[in-house]
Amino acid sequence: MTMTIRALLGACAVGALATAATAETITVATVNNGDMIRMQGLMADFEEKHPDIDVEWVTLEENVLRQRVTTDIATKGGQYDVLTIGTYEVPIWGKQGWLVSLNDLPAEYDADDILPAIRNGLTIDGELYAAPFYGESSMVMYRTDLMEQAGLTMPEAPTWDFIKEAAAAMTDKQNEVYGICLRGKAGWGENMAFLTAMANSYGARWFDMDWQPQFDGEAWKATLTDYLDLMNNYGPPGAANNGFNENLALFQQGKCGMWIDATVAASFVTNAAESTVADKVGFALAPDKGLGKRGNWLWAWNLAIPAGSQKVDAAKAFVAWATSKDYLALVAEEEGWANVPPGTRTSLYENPEYQKVPFANMTLESINAADPTAPTVDEVPYVGVQFVAIPEFQGIGTAVGQQFSAALAGTVSAEQALQSAQQLTEREMKKAGYIK
Amino acid sequence: MARAASPRRRAVTTVIAWAVGLAIFFPILWIVILSFKSEGDAIRPPLQVLTSAWTTHTYAEVQERSDYFRHFMNSVIISFGSTLAALAIAIPAAWSMAFVPGRRTKDLLMWMLSTKMLPAVGVLVPIYLIFRDTGLLDTRTGLVIVLTMINLPIVVWMLYTYFKEIPSEILEAARMDGAGLRDELLYVLTPMAVPGIASTLLLNVILAWNEAFWTLNLTASKAAPLTAFIASYSSPEGLFYAKLSAASTLAIAPILILGWFSQKQLVRGLTFGAVK
Repeated sequence: MTMTIRALLGACAVGALATAATAETITVATVNNGDMIRMQGLMADFEEKHPDIDVEWVTLEENVLRQRVTTDIATKGGQYDVLTIGTYEVPIWGKQGWLVSLNDLPAEYDADDILPAIRNGLTIDGELYAAPFYGESSMVMYRTDLMEQAGLTMPEAPTWDFIKEAAAAMTDKQNEVYGICLRGKAGWGENMAFLTAMANSYGARWFDMDWQPQFDGEAWKATLTDYLDLMNNYGPPGAANNGFNENLALFQQGKCGMWIDATVAASFVTNAAESTVADKVGFALAPDKGLGKRGNWLWAWNLAIPAGSQKVDAAKAFVAWATSKDYLALVAEEEGWANVPPGTRTSLYENPEYQKVPFANMTLESINAADPTAPTVDEVPYVGVQFVAIPEFQGIGTAVGQQFSAALAGTVSAEQALQSAQQLTEREMKKAGYIK
Repeated sequence: MARAASPRRRAVTTVIAWAVGLAIFFPILWIVILSFKSEGDAIRPPLQVLTSAWTTHTYAEVQERSDYFRHFMNSVIISFGSTLAALAIAIPAAWSMAFVPGRRTKDLLMWMLSTKMLPAVGVLVPIYLIFRDTGLLDTRTGLVIVLTMINLPIVVWMLYTYFKEIPSEILEAARMDGAGLRDELLYVLTPMAVPGIASTLLLNVILAWNEAFWTLNLTASKAAPLTAFIASYSSPEGLFYAKLSAASTLAIAPILILGWFSQKQLVRGLTFGAVK
């Protein structure tokens, strides 16, 4: 009897060891946004397909995540097996050899289906270093009722002049309705994302081909002056503190006539549970100045595998699952087409069901209108539409953003802000060795 | 004898004290209020926030999304573990500095305090590398070690000032009665310094509980305490004030309750020796 029990116990122990040895745990670092949280709720599907892989989530605020992940990847700490990173990091980290190439994902993954604009930003020297989880651009969101009241019709591809005219016509400060809401909060991913994209359409660029900063040029001056004019005359009070979320709140409360921001906002402003104007929103492409470039950006949150990971195969299985066509279909089935992570796959936009989503086509056209390798009118030495993919850009971008935010708050003039921006960028670029 | 305060003066002091108290407490109160609102209501202007509907929905959502209890247990282990470890080192250290000071004791104390002036991020990478090589990344042991080290100077300083208040004659008397060093520390000094030790303990637990730099940077998932729990609720795109407030309320509630129950100890300890 005791023998049998012993034998059984032994067998159990061996069994436990065996399962412990085959089940692999991967740690996924991610940001807190709707699409990512939704994925955490759909993990049953992954577990079913890969019973041997356990997934641990680490959700962090964007800037904390960036700092945290940078430390880990630079020291090859190996804490994470899958990282959620932006299109800004991918080219820099890929070049450093910090990321595992994803060129060998299985054929059914169909990497060629990824939207070319997004894919180009994630590929360095022919190696795909990250798989896009969702992509976004920016576009004009406007109140159809206010536009009608003003007697205007929004064209599908408006110009900056029309935006100004419409903003003037829609503004009704007594009733707290402001013609236009734009980002003003300082930060390379806040006001500078918008302003850099706007500057592209004005023919401005961050650097010429010799990495010389261009803030002393006419194009930047025109950009900043027009931006300040729009915001000072037709924008909400205290706009220098407004980022994405603040403007989202204003728009949802019916206080903005137009808002030019991330395409992902479309699903928030048309959501009747949160938005008071859900049924009165129209979409248009980001404005242009007749120079052949539009003022819209290109961003994607991507999944990448750090070179320090010990579980590359399991990590690849996860990345392939989370960015696959099947995952998009799974979300559509469980949560409806409007909640599918947008902007990554051509096949999604060819799906007649998805085309019924009101903002689907405008999102696709906006993404296609942006080219990270040729963001503005003139040639540039860098990659990136609303950013410059060099490690120094976070610091420089935020410092310049503070100058422009101060100009919006009225503490410095546009000329002073541009001059300071030019000086500080020149200094940093010299320090980093780009210019002598 | 204390001078009797006139009723008018007392009224003014009371009003000022309440005003200061409310001003300090207001942010916490506002967090608690926001945590009982829906996301849409939480971003309205303040007056509309107060008049909008109350809900416990956000708490349900937070509960559903993350494992509060695991983060809570990590916080408890890390903050109490590091505090007890720091006390074990600091009590003998402060004893020797207070009762048998050497020529350089003052300098030593100053030097210990100066380590607190170093910006933490300056040593992040070296510590990260040490932790990586010793396998301490994302472990509670690792965090206990780091938090013990960074709070040790404060613990030594606090205990040192309390011990200084104890007349050394009492210790001498104990020695004359034949008490050894161990007995002197355990049966004479420690009981007399209990209020001081208790308030050091409480203060240090609060400091360790709230510590966010190291606890965020050295953990991933397994050892992540409540600071990481809060950090997961801020969102770059989308509304998050209500959920973030609910997460914050859940994270600060235990320490608030602990502080409430031990406020007498805390105040007594902090003013220890002030009135003889």
